[in-house]
Amino acid sequence: MTTQVPGDALVSLKAVNKHYGQLHVLKDINLNVRKGEVVVVIGPSGSGKSTLCRAINRLETIDDGDIKIDGKELPAEGKELAKLRADVGMVFQSFNLFAHKTILENVTLGPIKVKGVSKGEADKDAMALLERVGVGHQAPKLPAQLSGGQQQRVAIARALAMKPKVMLFDEPTSALDPEMINEVLDVMVQLAKEGMTMIVVTHEMGFARKAADRVVFMADGQIVEDATPEEFFTNPKSSRAKDFLSKLLTH
Amino acid sequence: MDVIIENLPQYWDGFLRTLFLSGVSGIIALVVGTVLAAARVSPVAALRGFSMVYVEIVRNTPLTIAFFFAAVVLPRVGITFQQFEVAAIIALSVYTSAFIAEAVRSGVNSVPVGQAEAARSIGMKFSQVLSLIILPQALRTVIPPLINILIALVKNSSVAGAFYVLELFGNGKQLANANGDAVVWVLVGVAFFYLLITIPLGYLANVVERKVAIAR
Repeated sequence: MTTQVPGDALVSLKAVNKHYGQLHVLKDINLNVRKGEVVVVIGPSGSGKSTLCRAINRLETIDDGDIKIDGKELPAEGKELAKLRADVGMVFQSFNLFAHKTILENVTLGPIKVKGVSKGEADKDAMALLERVGVGHQAPKLPAQLSGGQQQRVAIARALAMKPKVMLFDEPTSALDPEMINEVLDVMVQLAKEGMTMIVVTHEMGFARKAADRVVFMADGQIVEDATPEEFFTNPKSSRAKDFLSKLLTH
Repeated sequence: MDVIIENLPQYWDGFLRTLFLSGVSGIIALVVGTVLAAARVSPVAALRGFSMVYVEIVRNTPLTIAFFFAAVVLPRVGITFQQFEVAAIIALSVYTSAFIAEAVRSGVNSVPVGQAEAARSIGMKFSQVLSLIILPQALRTVIPPLINILIALVKNSSVAGAFYVLELFGNGKQLANANGDAVVWVLVGVAFFYLLITIPLGYLANVVERKVAIAR
């Protein structure tokens, strides 16, 4: 199923299992993501795709198997884990901007406190990033004063400010009003074009077709298909994927 | 009424001492209580356990016992003080910090878990997540209960009067003894000076709460 040599994988998951009590949410997951690759994870609700995404920077623990980022095993706890997380950008469904900090501070906090960048330099980089995602003029405001789409773009800028090796997106547009989805997807497509390694859990099939190098289809905690978008959308192999796609197309 | 005016200097003395006791104990209790709350949510089991035991014991025993320990038991085991004020400050700080810890903990629980996840995901250590993201938000949401606790502290400081500290209540007792015919007015005076501290504290709570409220 894996299409490349594990040796040059930036993110690699090997035989990963996780249970929530009786529920087996991740079943023997094997996945390799190369540098610069954009992998879109899709699947029905409860298929384990968000858990998979969160396990990659250990916001969820796993029961067994191993996860490597750039060849390094994910540390269990403490400083080492914090250091590794700084290299993995994460964008959440509910944005999670720091509510008591301004937009600018949201973006500069990581570089200043975690990387020890000077405030002047962090401010300059942050402003450039905010301009790039189109919310530069919002810098002095608080998160609650921005629309959902703007907040999510700030969240992307916050993650990028750490200069991560890989970006994880956990359903980044699921909490947004329809008219705001595109402004976020545009930023993500741009990011993909610039060569960022991305793992994106989403229901946006348009994004998958447009920006993905590979589509991973998950159902019931398993990776059922791993194919190019072209292959997956035109000629899905498993009945589970056919069923899923047919439900999308009826509307 | 005359008794209050005639003895204003003594009232004022007591008022200042009450203010001092409450102020110092309040600051210590805020710091210790916040640290206890942080310990309570830390990943280290020993810290969580210590914080829980401390809070449960202190919160559930009378303040007079804390005073008794600080004023009588500590000197017996060799920790002596030049002034009883120090014992009073220890007792009031220890007692109040337990309540502060519980209030702050409830504030910590009110901060959405996504805030901590976002902070961890940009590489912050636990201590940074707590001090930069969680506590600043938690403290803002618990300002009303914190002020309630501080108001209780001001009133609780009157117990010090029974342990030879001449604060407001201690002075009141002396004045009542000296002016047996005007006890009611002496106590009205004492109450007035307590209100002089506690009512502004309540107003302060409203102002601060409106100023630092976080929109979500």
